[in-house]
Amino acid sequence: MILGREQLDKIHNILSENLIGSGFRSVMLIDTGGNVIASISNPDETLDLYSLAALAAANFGAMSCMARIIGEDKFSLLFHKGEKDNIYFCEVNEELLLVNIFSNQSSLGFLRMKMARVIEELLGMLT
Amino acid sequence: MYEDFEKAGGGRLSFINLKDKVIQAKVVYYGPGRCGKTTNLEYIFEKCRHQVNSEMVTVKTQGDRTLFFDFFPLDMGKIGGFDVKIQLYTVPGQVKYDSTRRLVLKGVDGVVFVADSAVDRREKNIISLQNLEENLKLYRKDIHDIPLVIQYNKRDIVKEGIEILDIETLEHDLNADLKVPAFEASAVEGDNVVVTLKTIISLTMASLQKQLKREQ
Repeated sequence: MILGREQLDKIHNILSENLIGSGFRSVMLIDTGGNVIASISNPDETLDLYSLAALAAANFGAMSCMARIIGEDKFSLLFHKGEKDNIYFCEVNEELLLVNIFSNQSSLGFLRMKMARVIEELLGMLT
Repeated sequence: MYEDFEKAGGGRLSFINLKDKVIQAKVVYYGPGRCGKTTNLEYIFEKCRHQVNSEMVTVKTQGDRTLFFDFFPLDMGKIGGFDVKIQLYTVPGQVKYDSTRRLVLKGVDGVVFVADSAVDRREKNIISLQNLEENLKLYRKDIHDIPLVIQYNKRDIVKEGIEILDIETLEHDLNADLKVPAFEASAVEGDNVVVTLKTIISLTMASLQKQLKREQ
């Protein structure tokens, strides 16, 4: 996949406008091969995004295989709950995934609403 | 399930960011169980620590076998004006983990096939190479076209009195048709591990350059 300056700026703007200031630690747009396409994080964030992207893509792929085994086409979103922080994955299209790391202080409902809007805008831009 | 892999766009190549001039390419170490794929990555990780800004990720079983993959990104610095990051992966070698092998191959740009030189592993090497060819086809990739390097690993075990296959036999079994660069190596001792890596990176970058030219 090759993305130019204009497209990447638009992706960054969509993530920033919808998610900065919403209490999230980090948000990544990745492809299903595990590459980081774009990310935004809190200024003091030190997460290893490349490793996270590789694992997130693999995790999503494994879950999709599990979905097919039980007769589902796919699981379009995944949520992992931790003691303090959580990860929320959702599919943008067949090639792209959105991964959000957020603390327990943010509400899952609010996050889902924000992520739905981000996906809608990304799809509008990419089609 | 095969159609699902194709539908998922697995045939696409690496990610090229023209804004920040960054290329992320995926190189996968493939081969039969216990052939030394993880040992290759561990050696590279130690040797090139200054080029790796993260820890090595390993998803393994309790018995220390690779369950899903090993991974770390290797910063190659600037090549042709682009910051190049090579994402190094291994696959699980055990036969039963074929579905996870397929997942790791998604979006692959270059492959190192690690063969085990031990005489009693001859058939396992051949089966694993056939498995690579089949799994690449799921992503509409041809083993004859993808950047590929073969490594004949474990040449050192002869010192322990274990019989090894001669290079002619290995070449005949694995490389007669492919005719790709091949190296004798010992991942445990580090012999030719870096040469193998440099060769696959160079083949992968040449292939990406062609792709970039086509797209532009």
